[in-house]
Amino acid sequence: MSEKVDLETHIIKMKPDASVDLSTKDLHVWYGQNEAIKGVTLEFEENKITSLIGPSGCGKSTYLRSLNRMNDEIQIARVTGEILYHGKDINTPETDVYEMRKNIGMVFQRPNPFSKSIYDNISFALKRHGVKDKNALDEAVETSLKQAALWEQVKDDLHKNALALSGGQQQRLCIARAIALKPDVLLLDEPASALDPISTSQVEDTLLQLKEKYSIIIVTHNMQQASRISDYTAFFYLGNVIEYDETRKVFTRPKIQSTEDYVSGNFG
Amino acid sequence: MEDSQKKLAEHSGKSRLEKIGKTISFLCIAFIVFVVLSILYFVASKGIATFTKDGVSLIDFLTGKIWNPGSIGENGKPLTGALPMIAGSFIVTLLAAAVATPFAIGAAIFMTEISPTVGKKILQPVIELLVGIPSVVYGFIGLSVVVPFMRNTFGGSGFGIISAAIVLFVMILPTVTSMSVDTLKSVPRYYREASLALGATRWQTIYKVVLRSATPGLLTAVVFGMARAFGEALAVQMVIGNAALMPTNLITPASTLTSILTMNMGNTVMGTLENNVLWSLALILLVMALFFNILTRWIGKKGAMN
Repeated sequence: MSEKVDLETHIIKMKPDASVDLSTKDLHVWYGQNEAIKGVTLEFEENKITSLIGPSGCGKSTYLRSLNRMNDEIQIARVTGEILYHGKDINTPETDVYEMRKNIGMVFQRPNPFSKSIYDNISFALKRHGVKDKNALDEAVETSLKQAALWEQVKDDLHKNALALSGGQQQRLCIARAIALKPDVLLLDEPASALDPISTSQVEDTLLQLKEKYSIIIVTHNMQQASRISDYTAFFYLGNVIEYDETRKVFTRPKIQSTEDYVSGNFG
Repeated sequence: MEDSQKKLAEHSGKSRLEKIGKTISFLCIAFIVFVVLSILYFVASKGIATFTKDGVSLIDFLTGKIWNPGSIGENGKPLTGALPMIAGSFIVTLLAAAVATPFAIGAAIFMTEISPTVGKKILQPVIELLVGIPSVVYGFIGLSVVVPFMRNTFGGSGFGIISAAIVLFVMILPTVTSMSVDTLKSVPRYYREASLALGATRWQTIYKVVLRSATPGLLTAVVFGMARAFGEALAVQMVIGNAALMPTNLITPASTLTSILTMNMGNTVMGTLENNVLWSLALILLVMALFFNILTRWIGKKGAMN
């Protein structure tokens, strides 16, 4: 692992032989005149969990949302720089964002299932992408619910309204819904912050199982969560990445003073 | 210690104020309820008199096709068939709503989903203005523009159901549109985000998620528009031709409950059959208003359950 150390930031690069699904080069995000992300260059390794941590308003959610171009939906937002998905820049007007979002799934802070049945919540996206065969849909619903560790609890109530589930179940349904499309990258924006501790640990367990198949990038406010589940951690501060390294190193031997202050709870 | 206990047991200025406030608001609501009940009683007693005092049978009234309350029919009873007007009212209402609904929902989608800035800055004020135009102005425009157009296109007088439906369509369009806009705006943002993040296109998101979850609200908007169309008198009366005949097509003069009511109420004497039967028409209008009201509530409840 070649490490680049300078005075202010410490950002590792992946080894040349490591498989990188997604990376950004000099990514900037503006909201009107306000620069929320000030040139972030990061690489995300395949089948690993990467945490994005940092104080509120540091830009980590904004950065995550730009990875699958959800910032397109905000009229005043402007994103420049490269977002490389398997080496191809997807931050171009020609990119088919709808096809791309199939490959880069997203789960939000607040569980947001549709007011439809559990089954329809999952089959919704598949149908939108042209899957019509009933058997294929049934199978995808079952597989993704199993992967999200929700199958055992809901297999008899697949046609019950999803809003009747508990918060943690709803969030795992949202994860199931995203992975039903067989993405290779899963973006999660504080997926457990609205959940109680038991639901949180269920979601975390789910993520640890999912990492065998997916690359996961997760924004979290909870530093224990970041250290429990992630392989890499990026510390965001005022729109910059200050430190990016293996989670173990970031939490035990941070190279930058402000990272140390943050992970040890001195500010944030 | 005793002092403070004493204070607790006493009526204070604050609790008196509370009582006065409650009394005033109760009196206000009691007055409103009284007025509404009085109107209901008045219309109902007058409207029912046709059947109790003048001996017209309810079935003849609702299904009779000849309206001429001053004359006696072959069976020796007055000609009080209200079916032509009932049919006229329903046809113009349904036609107007059928045409207005797609336009209103389309406009609402444009204003909320496609171009919120243009919607807010330009279309919103325009629609508010349209809501505020008095119905006589719509009727006048209908009389000067729609009726001649129909005359030139289909021949005849130009007065008729189709002219009335077009005028009503324009009249209810702003109402239905602005209610649809409110409904679409109330669809949570996270539904849209969830759908887009799953790679659904914007159109798929609008069609499959936004419109689906807004359906109860949109239905309510349409029913409100229908209620307005059903109850509109002046503008309809100006363009429909006011012939109390069973409508056989859309381009010959017809009439609605409201138009016959406004045409004839000044020409009858209180207490006579001619007058009472007009009250019976008013009673139908009242019952329909109640029906539309219950319908919107029912839709609201259904929507809340899903």
